[in-house]
Order: sequence, then C-alpha cells, then structure tokens
Amino acid sequence: MKHKTLLSRARIPATLSIEHGPTLHVVAAGDWVISEVARLDGQLAKLSAAAALKATIDARQITHLDTAGSWLLLRTQSALEQEGLPRPELLVPSHYADLLAKVSDGLAFHGAVSGRKGPWLYAFLERIGRETTRILAQGYQIVGFLGQISLETTEAILTPQRALPWPALTTQIEDCGLTALPILGLLAFLLGIVIAYQGAGQLKRFGAEIYTVNLLGVAVLREIGGLIAAIIVAGRSGSAFTAQIGTMRVNDEIDAMQTMGLNVVEILVLPRVLALLIVLPLLTLYADVMGLFGGYIMTYSDLGLTFPAFLTQLQSAVTLSTLMVGLIKAPVFAAIIGLVGCFEGLRVERNAESVGRLTTRSVVEAVFLVIVFDAGFSILFSVLRF
Amino acid sequence: MTKGAAERDVVVRIRGLINAFGDTVVHDHLDLDLYRGEILGVVGASGTGKSVLLRTIVGLTTPRAGTIEVFGQEIAHASARARLATQLRWGVLFQDGALFSAQTVAQNIQVPLRRYTSMSQHLMDEIAALKINLVGLPPDTAGKFPAELSGGMRKRAGLARALALDPELLFLDEPTAGLDPISATHFDELIRGLQKSLGLTVFLVTHDIDTLRATCDRIAVLLDKSIRSGTIASLIKDPNPWIQEYFSGVRGRAALAEG
Repeated sequence: MKHKTLLSRARIPATLSIEHGPTLHVVAAGDWVISEVARLDGQLAKLSAAAALKATIDARQITHLDTAGSWLLLRTQSALEQEGLPRPELLVPSHYADLLAKVSDGLAFHGAVSGRKGPWLYAFLERIGRETTRILAQGYQIVGFLGQISLETTEAILTPQRALPWPALTTQIEDCGLTALPILGLLAFLLGIVIAYQGAGQLKRFGAEIYTVNLLGVAVLREIGGLIAAIIVAGRSGSAFTAQIGTMRVNDEIDAMQTMGLNVVEILVLPRVLALLIVLPLLTLYADVMGLFGGYIMTYSDLGLTFPAFLTQLQSAVTLSTLMVGLIKAPVFAAIIGLVGCFEGLRVERNAESVGRLTTRSVVEAVFLVIVFDAGFSILFSVLRF
Repeated sequence: MTKGAAERDVVVRIRGLINAFGDTVVHDHLDLDLYRGEILGVVGASGTGKSVLLRTIVGLTTPRAGTIEVFGQEIAHASARARLATQLRWGVLFQDGALFSAQTVAQNIQVPLRRYTSMSQHLMDEIAALKINLVGLPPDTAGKFPAELSGGMRKRAGLARALALDPELLFLDEPTAGLDPISATHFDELIRGLQKSLGLTVFLVTHDIDTLRATCDRIAVLLDKSIRSGTIASLIKDPNPWIQEYFSGVRGRAALAEG
C-alpha cells in the first residue's frame, strides 16, 4: 500500500466543516485535490439536509482545486438539491470558476456506469450459448475451408501454367521440418526411455521383461512417435502459421494481396499445408527411430539386453504394418494442424490482441483434433483388425 | 526566446541532450525549455526524432548524454520513489490512445486511481464518468471496450486516462494524426479548453499545422540535429529552408491565412 502515499498533492490538508441549523453551512478549505478526495468522500457521505431549510456551500477558503475536488463540491450541491432544498449556492475563489464550469458542463450526476454487470447466472448462460454457437459456426467454416483448399490444390496441380509455389514450399519445409529435428529427437528419445523403464518395471514381476521390447516397439511405432511429432509440430508450426498470417492480417497485407488479385489461399495456405503433408510423415519416422533408440538404451542398462538381441526381439514383435499404422496417420494430422493454423490466422481481426488469442486457440484446437482423430483411428484399426 | 520568458517557471528543462541509435545521431546537444502554463508544439520532418524526444523526457528512452529535468527533478538519476512521484504529475497520451484492450474505458481510467488513491469503487466510477464527460465522450463510453471505439474516440478515452490523476503536465504524441479535419479541429479545441480550465502545461508532438496555429503558444522545430523555437510569427522569419518550406507550403499558407 506504500504506493498510495506517493500521490501527495495537498500542501495544505483539505478540511470540511458542517454547521447544522435552519441554514446548513458546508465550509470547505485547504487543498481539495485528488489525493484528498477519498477521505473527503467518506466525510461527505454522512452529510444530510436533516432539518435544514436551505444550504450554502462555502468553498472560498479553498487554496487548491482540481477536477476531482470540483466533482465533490458539485456532487454535494446536486445531492442537497435532490433532498428537496433550494439549489445551494456554491461559492469558490473566482479563478476556479472556469474549472467548475468545465467540469459541470454536460455532466450527469447520477447513474455512473463502470462496466458490464448483470446477474452472474445470466452471464454464465450467455457464455455457454455464445461458445456453443461459436464452435458450431467454426466447425462449419473449417469444413468450407478444407473444401476451398482441396479445390485450389487440385487446380494448381491440374493447371500447368500455375506452378506450385516452390520457393515458399521449400522454406516452409525447412522451417517446419529441419529445425524441428533437435527438439523432436530429444523428446522422442526421452519418451522411449520412459516407456521402456515403466514396461520393464512391470513385466519383470512376471519374468517377462524381454517383452519390454514388444511393448516399446508397438507403442512407439503405432502411437507415440506419430503423436509426439504431431504435438510438437502443432506447437511449433501451427502456432507460427497463425501468428504469421495473423500479423499480415493486422498489417493489412492480406487486404493488399486481395486488391492485387492475388489468391491468399494459394500463396499463404497451400505451401504451408503441403509442407506439413510432406514433413510430418518424415518427422514421424524420425521420432519412431529416436524413440526405439531411447528404449534400447534403457533396456540395455536395465535388463542388459545386447543390440542384436534387442533387434531380434523387435523383429518378432513388430511387422511393417505396425510402422504403417503410425505413418498412415501422419498426413491426416498434418492436414489438421496446417488447416487449423492457417484458418485461425485468416480469422485474426485487425488488432494485435487477437493474434495472441487466436494463436493459443489454434494450438489447442490442433492438439485436440489430433488426439480425437488418433482415437478414431484406433477404433477404425481395431474394427479392421489391422 | 524573449527575456521575460527566461524568468518564467520552467517545467521541463533539457540541456545538451544527445540521442543516438547505433551510429545514427538523432539529437545532437539539444536544449529546450517548457514553461508552466504553455502549449509547446514540437514539429519536424519524419526522422528528426520528435517522438524520441517525447519518449526520452518521459523516461522510455535513455539518452546517451545530457540532462532532463522535469519539475526541477532530474529523472535519470532520481531514486525510484522520486521518479514515480514525478511520473504521477504528468499524463501521456500515446498515438492511438494505448488503452488496455482487456478493460473497459472506465476501468482504464481507474487503473491509476485504484493504485494511487484509496477511493471507493463508487467514487472511482464517478470520477471516471467525470473524465469521460470532460473529454467530450458520451456517458455510455464508460462500459465499452477500446476495440468498440473509433480512432477519434480512442484518443479521447486515452486523454481521459492521461487526466485521471489530474496531472499538471500533459504529453501528447500526434493527437490529431489519423483524424478527419473536423474531428481534428474538435480535438484541438478540446486540448485548448482543457489547458485553460485545468491550468495544464502541454508538450505536443504534431505534424498538423492547423493544430499548431489553433493550440500552440510556442513552437519548437526539430531540424537535422538542431532545434529552433519561438512563436509562429518569429519562426516564419527564420531563413532555414525546411522551416520556410513548412510554413510557406500550400498547406502551411492556407492554415496560416485562416488565422
């Protein structure tokens, strides 16, 4: 609370004295300034016309007056009038007449509004309704967006004179793929260690610790490799798409492109989505390898398994289709991340705040959809006995 | 500068100010005084460091050399407490209002009130309504968010926040930039009116020659690393080519002819 003592404008403390009687005398003196008004407000709250027939406000002894002090004087005058007295005379030093006139000009004395408030239940219900319609509308729009992208892509492939945007595509491949390798490799490696460690701990109790390799192989290839790659890419690239496109929106660059007859989807969205479609399966494969490597390190140090023994066991546990199950999901995840990232970027309004908000939303939505689709794939594959 | 002016109460005193970014020198030994109760207009071509000057005075940019005293207090070497106490005596209006976007206009105005006074919420609401009225905005602006306001309204709301603690000194960064001529004229009148009735001292950075004519008592022209100050009448006689072109260009002549 020490900040509250910093604002000390008053050289002479403000005073307020009230004389009751047939005529109510309110006498103000000293410095009626902003650092004093909180105290004065408390004293004025007790003021009432009571038995008085008329009132005067004598502020001629005021040595310093600012807008906050003026407000208190004017409000008191208005309040006494509200209580049924004739409008009290307000006397101030002549050089403050200008200030009082400026402050009171056009001012309403009642019904100051500070914000939007309503019963909390209404606000709560309103919020649920708003969010529901927002999500439904957005689902509808994103399907439309998917359609638009598919159309543009087919057109770009089928029309020979309209070449794919190769330079943009290679830049995006580098940004989304190459630069993701260190962090993705490290995380997949660590996850491999974790899975092998937990698996070995449990399976040892049955003397079946060799099956740690089976657990590791199936888990990493079918699920973990693809998921961790998709989540990292959503966090790194999906968010970057939203932020980049959103910033262009704020700078009116998107509008400028449209007025030049440039196709925003073709120039901005297509290279990004295509880059992810190419890169994510590769990143998944890389995560698979790193995950298995991490798992091997753990089985070696915990179970003393040699590398040839590890490979033999792995070969008996997994087949090519185990790997394919993981890889087949990657393009779908890539499409989700790319679409959501670009879609949210194009929805940015023309203020910087919405860039941040939609970037967060794009990551959350992309990760959410990736996991939902992953669950869908699990059900699909189990039905197909894949 | 007249003899009488030298004896007036100086609110901001700048001596030997040097501002440079890398090898680019923006201000080279710049001297400037701002006197109590005046509106000083700062003009200059783009890149002469008008906004940098404002930012340096309020402490957002640290100068390479030179002293800046505000209310006799040198900001750069003041203790944190003295610095804050000085900060509370000025208000700053940034170009687009710089309102906190997550808060309503009333809440924006109440930010300094909440932190530096112990007013009740009711009184703060009243004070916010008062400031909103003072800058000529309709009462329902209080509950609106900055994104719901037009550019001109945002500037007025920003001004209301700058005035929250009844400052003596007001810094305005291009207050009329981006406004239509009618809104700009109204804003000029608003500043002049507030300056007179609240007894403010105003440091105003602008491009707008109409604003200079309508509101400013004195003008400081930032040239390539030097500065000239005086009234419009005295500056018009200055032989410097930029000043000549500025005041005698088509826009300048038209604006001056009106006055």
